[in-house]
Amino acid sequence: MQPVLDEEEDTARADVSGEIRLPATLEGAGPLPDSAEVVIIGGGVVGLAIAYYLAKRGLQDVVVVERGYLAEGASGRNGGGVRQQWSTELNIRLMQESVELCRRFAVDLGVNVWFRQGGYLFLARSAEEVARLEKNIALQNRCGVATRMLEPRQALAIVPELDITGIVGASYNPSDGILFPWPFLWGYARQAAAHGARIFTQTPVAGLERQKAGGYVVHTPRGAVRARRVVNATGAWSPRLGAMIGVDIPTFPIRHEICSSEPLKPFLRPMVSELASGLYCSQSMRGEIVGGVTIPGHSSTYGMGSTLEFLATYARRLVRLMPILGDIKILRQWAGPYDQSPDGNPILGAAPGHPDFFLACGFVGHGFMMAPIVGKLYGEWLTGGDPHEIFGRFTLGRFADGSAAQHAKEDFNIG
Amino acid sequence: MCRCEDVTLADLEHSVSRGYRDIEEVKRYTGFGTGPCQGKECMAAVATQLAILTQQPAAAIPPFTSRPPLAPTPLRLLARDPGAHRFADDPEESERKK
Repeated sequence: MQPVLDEEEDTARADVSGEIRLPATLEGAGPLPDSAEVVIIGGGVVGLAIAYYLAKRGLQDVVVVERGYLAEGASGRNGGGVRQQWSTELNIRLMQESVELCRRFAVDLGVNVWFRQGGYLFLARSAEEVARLEKNIALQNRCGVATRMLEPRQALAIVPELDITGIVGASYNPSDGILFPWPFLWGYARQAAAHGARIFTQTPVAGLERQKAGGYVVHTPRGAVRARRVVNATGAWSPRLGAMIGVDIPTFPIRHEICSSEPLKPFLRPMVSELASGLYCSQSMRGEIVGGVTIPGHSSTYGMGSTLEFLATYARRLVRLMPILGDIKILRQWAGPYDQSPDGNPILGAAPGHPDFFLACGFVGHGFMMAPIVGKLYGEWLTGGDPHEIFGRFTLGRFADGSAAQHAKEDFNIG
Repeated sequence: MCRCEDVTLADLEHSVSRGYRDIEEVKRYTGFGTGPCQGKECMAAVATQLAILTQQPAAAIPPFTSRPPLAPTPLRLLARDPGAHRFADDPEESERKK
């Protein structure tokens, strides 16, 4: 089934005729307003996507506060992968819609995000991994995603640079893709602002206070805003914001490292990933090989330091898989926090006992690819539309009332 | 301003005019400092111009976060580091088991 989108967006074109400037608020100038209908806390891709869809649907009074600069957190630190190869039907269907929104992003939002659908190739080194991929493929095919199982030789035809020694199978979906994360945020920010949203960077939230008469007061060093509704889009920092009003969010930050090579001529079409190590790499439109690997057993931390252990592990696995890359030089490495949720699924909807405090967190390193559709569905819901089933399924309450266990756990958070 | 990534003073002015004026934002918006020298050649020059363009004292512009490695390093060299994590299917480990 092809994702269906409303006709309004089919014909909409971003206005790029004149010079679209970011509002002065983005430069950190000017005072905060006294009040707002919705205050979104967090200027990452999730918060900005929600701001864009709310403002686009006519909500005039939307404020975004970001403690640093846009894309300072995980949104500016990820590999930019967008895939539909998931293990649960809901995530597959959500990502089908996200891919469609990514395909049209440049036209709808007027910024080139270098979206390129080169596919995702997952490589298996054991019969167990093959069985896992086959089970997922059957479900993906039922949803209309054209993933197929490949013999190692067929994988070699797609990426001739692979050493397929020890590879026993692969899954490949040609319509998965990658994008350049930073302009994606600028596109949302710029168009949200063009529709009237106000975005304040360098504005950390120092306190959140519930009002007896309803709503919240958001305290910042630049003044306080009374908000009828608040959205927590602070990623790995979500538990800290929740704690300010006694909302216990059971996610925790896990540092993931990533690195980038010198630019090469285009040769690598798909994102390549190896299940055994969580190794992944893709070639950006700038030509760099961008990738990472999952070293098990890392404890929870907000630290964003880089390690030689990561670089050595990544290099070891990547050179084994694609020996021709041995002479390629790494230019830089960095890290970002995954917002790890207990069941691998995001946390959405209102917090229990707080009907006006909305959550958009727990994306386990995949918030970037989920943001377009989650932003769109939030935008529809908070402007009077019916809530999509994600807001009933992925609630914070599921961990307390046991309903989390009734649904399939997402087990394909790779990389 | 940045020879690796061909970033000009006009690019810098454009970035500032768009509201991206923190040195980290300017790096992301223009790509300056992301080439082979990783800012070793251009950072001071860009920071100086940024101070002028944003009417701030030069001391108010910090360098962007420095990222390892110190110099471009081949994967082959890194792959030989003994500190690499070994996974269960690691070739050498399975050799040893045999």
